[in-house]
Amino acid sequence: MSVIPSSPDPFAADRGGPAQPLLSVSGLVKHFPVRKGTGPKRVVRAVDGVDFDVLKGETLGIVGESGCGKSTTAKLLMGLIERDTGDMLYDGQAIGGRAMPWRSYRRQAQMVFQDSYASLNPRMTVEQSIAFGPKVNGVPGRQAVERARALLARVGLEPKRFAGRYPHEISGGQRQRVNIARALALEPRLVLLDEAVSALDKSVEAQVLNLLLDLKAEFGLTYIFISHDLNVVRFISDRVMVMYLGRVAEIGPSDSVLAAPGHPYTQALLASMPSLDPDNRTQKALLAGDPPNPIDPPGGCRFHPRCALAEGVCGQVEPPLDPVMTLHRVACLARQPGSGHSAAPAQVLAA
Amino acid sequence: MTAPLTAASVALDGNLAAPPDAPEAFVASRGFWGHVGHRLVRDPVAMTAGAVILIVVAIAVLSPWITPMDPYKGSMLRRLKPVGDATYWLGSDELGRDMISRLMLGSRLSLFMGVTPVLIAFVIGSSIGILAGYVGGWTNTILMRTIDVFFAFPSVLLAIALSGALGAGIFNSIVSLTCVFVPQIARVAESVTTGIRKRDYIDAAKLSGASALTIMRVQVLGNVVGPIFVYSTSLISVSMILASGLSFLGLGVRPPEPEWGLMLNTLRTAIYVNPVVAALPGLAIFIVSISFNLFSDGLRNAMEIRQ
Amino acid sequence: MFLYILKRLVTVTPVAFGVSVVCFLLVHLAPGDPLSAVLPADATQATIDEMRAAYGFDKPLPVQYAIWLWHVLHGDLGVSIATGRPVAQEVGRAVVNSLILASVATLIGFTFGVFFGFVAGYRRNSILDRVASALSVFGVSVPHYWLGMVLVIVFSATLGWLPPTGAGPDGSGNWRPDFEHLRYIILPAITMAVIPMGIIARTVRALVADILSQDFVEALRAKGLSEWGVFKHVVRNAAPTALAIMGLQLGYLLGGSILIETVFAWPGTGFLLNAAIFQRDLPLLQGSILVLAMFFVALNLVVDVMQTALDPRIERA
Repeated sequence: MSVIPSSPDPFAADRGGPAQPLLSVSGLVKHFPVRKGTGPKRVVRAVDGVDFDVLKGETLGIVGESGCGKSTTAKLLMGLIERDTGDMLYDGQAIGGRAMPWRSYRRQAQMVFQDSYASLNPRMTVEQSIAFGPKVNGVPGRQAVERARALLARVGLEPKRFAGRYPHEISGGQRQRVNIARALALEPRLVLLDEAVSALDKSVEAQVLNLLLDLKAEFGLTYIFISHDLNVVRFISDRVMVMYLGRVAEIGPSDSVLAAPGHPYTQALLASMPSLDPDNRTQKALLAGDPPNPIDPPGGCRFHPRCALAEGVCGQVEPPLDPVMTLHRVACLARQPGSGHSAAPAQVLAA
Repeated sequence: MTAPLTAASVALDGNLAAPPDAPEAFVASRGFWGHVGHRLVRDPVAMTAGAVILIVVAIAVLSPWITPMDPYKGSMLRRLKPVGDATYWLGSDELGRDMISRLMLGSRLSLFMGVTPVLIAFVIGSSIGILAGYVGGWTNTILMRTIDVFFAFPSVLLAIALSGALGAGIFNSIVSLTCVFVPQIARVAESVTTGIRKRDYIDAAKLSGASALTIMRVQVLGNVVGPIFVYSTSLISVSMILASGLSFLGLGVRPPEPEWGLMLNTLRTAIYVNPVVAALPGLAIFIVSISFNLFSDGLRNAMEIRQ
Repeated sequence: MFLYILKRLVTVTPVAFGVSVVCFLLVHLAPGDPLSAVLPADATQATIDEMRAAYGFDKPLPVQYAIWLWHVLHGDLGVSIATGRPVAQEVGRAVVNSLILASVATLIGFTFGVFFGFVAGYRRNSILDRVASALSVFGVSVPHYWLGMVLVIVFSATLGWLPPTGAGPDGSGNWRPDFEHLRYIILPAITMAVIPMGIIARTVRALVADILSQDFVEALRAKGLSEWGVFKHVVRNAAPTALAIMGLQLGYLLGGSILIETVFAWPGTGFLLNAAIFQRDLPLLQGSILVLAMFFVALNLVVDVMQTALDPRIERA
């Protein structure tokens, strides 16, 4: 049952065909200036040269510790903060350019925030919050309200009971359902979920994740799913991108990245996850301390001060994001032939 | 008080508020202002204060028709009669005019001069503060640094300095008091708006493609007007005291117009003859001022619905 | 710490500059010519022009401001039109009297305010708390000039215990710390103390209640710390804010004393301002307001720095 009246041909809006990435990001950079004392101008390198594609119909999970640039990336992708440099293509068209101005892009890409309460206006009923988007985009008031109610029903909230409620009158899980309904009200193709289930109880989290999967199948959505929880990312993502200090450490299919991680950082992250199997528990912490200050990221590989495999070369050469397998790319010198790292595999014969 | 209703209608802007032929089964929620009203009604202190304010306002409106005597007509033979006099229930003043009539008529100017500056400052100060808070950046810096300058003057000093420079009179008093309150309200409006602007729902509204003006009108205004309004009501008490204070100094209303501060001043000479009558106008100022304070406190408590 | 003071000084400079501009412009807000009050009605145009030139009123505003600021920075606030004496001298004498009154009032207000605040914060929702709350509402709602009148009516006019007006028996206009002068300061100081008392009581109550409700107090009690020990903790945590408010109140009282000084004919800045306004003595008006506002700015700075120094939780960056 489709509650949203959509165009007769679902691929009418699909310009570039199924092989064209829905979103293509390259060289994305965002530095925030910091003022401290009278020293030289310094910057936080929140996002420092990030490239990735989001394929049509997939879910790309983005993981990393807090401060790694996940949320900044999300805000950059939605244009909530302006990027310093970098290209972002939506279905082959430059976002912010003439063919795809921000306004048109935002009708296709929506976001669900982490804090379910802060992302709803406390003075508006649930229904008004959902109907706001369609209304400002020219949908007549009556239709916008009808759409809001249909969406409420679709996300599992009975309109008769919930439409007139205020955010403080419903639970966190219900609020997050409202936020999802609000994001869907503009019929987007891409939905960015920034820690969207992180604040929920485990049981509620599972329900919302299942809802997200259902909605994705029903409306043919593409998700970017940001989380610090590897279990959740494993459950929902087709591909996973691991970020560390504003850079991509590793990206590839979930099965491959989470089962056979190429980057020592990903290995450490996985090892630090609590395991349900008592025989499988690690004894020593592989990831000690906090990530270094993004104002002064270490030279060379940013992970080398915390890395078990670090060698002299790691402090000098910044590892490129190279494929170790088809589709699975890792930014680690120890995985790259000819990098000078002692653990590097032998040079593959040039084809 | 009708202003909260206005604020509510801003929040429920446009036809968002009116679902088309809403089926009766829909659960109706009281809404924010509904909750506030509900809680306010259950606060006996605030309700008493509100009732006192209403009575004084009613007297002020009706006074030209209901004063028992002519408030301007005096008699040198019947000067400074004590409270409880058969003719003059609350005594008579230094020119033999009926105190109760003058107190009733005096409420008009006292209320007008106390409330008007806050009202004007509410409009101007909120506009400046919301603009500074929402736009941010350099606009904010310039506006707020200018306002800091006015904070360098204690409010009584600023009011008197401005009045003193502009000269006596009702209009000049209102202008000076407005200048005193605009920076205070603007500062509160700015901090409230800055807080709201960083909320995720404003980002969400931006993502929906709404223009800055629509976001300001529909998403921001409804959330900032309430706190600014409550803060402003707390200033009415100060404004009443200052306005009457200006008249007390001879900088506001001029004789023979009755105004509580001015009456207090002219009766100062009578404190040895008839102290109770001399103190009456001040008592009137005090009662109204404390009522506004208590009502404002009640309103603020009622709005503290922790979310 | 030194860096912090320096930084605050830098931020205060534009405010001080703004204050001087406002004070300067104040005179030009006034309707008519600033000289009209002193010149005889039948003055010839030549006399008027001569006077205008003598006071510098014939130059463009920015130039007048620059000249004025130059003189002010050298301690020259101009000459009073009414008395012909230097404004700096007149204001200086008055400021001392105002400062004495305001300090005594602040001290009274602080003592009672802290007492009521502590009692109310410790015994929340008790009768004493209600009384303290009522007192603080009274303090901020009462028209203080009227309260002054009522005190005069009760203690001077009716009981005859204390003198109603003036700073001392000799009428010299200067207060001195002896018993006779002490009797003169009681009524105005009490009147003035009511506002800071209310504000301090309200703040201290909130502070104490907040500190007592925090987990660490529970932990201290659980560890067997005596009530006296807990009390010392509360004092240490509440003191910086309470002292800061006291400092600011001193500034408000000094600037806002005009009404009370008028009621009690106290020979301070308020009284001077009143005279300046009614004699349209604009240099005197300008000078006294400038001095009071600058004092307030400086006081704010001192309070801020002291609060930072006292409170280890505030970062000194």
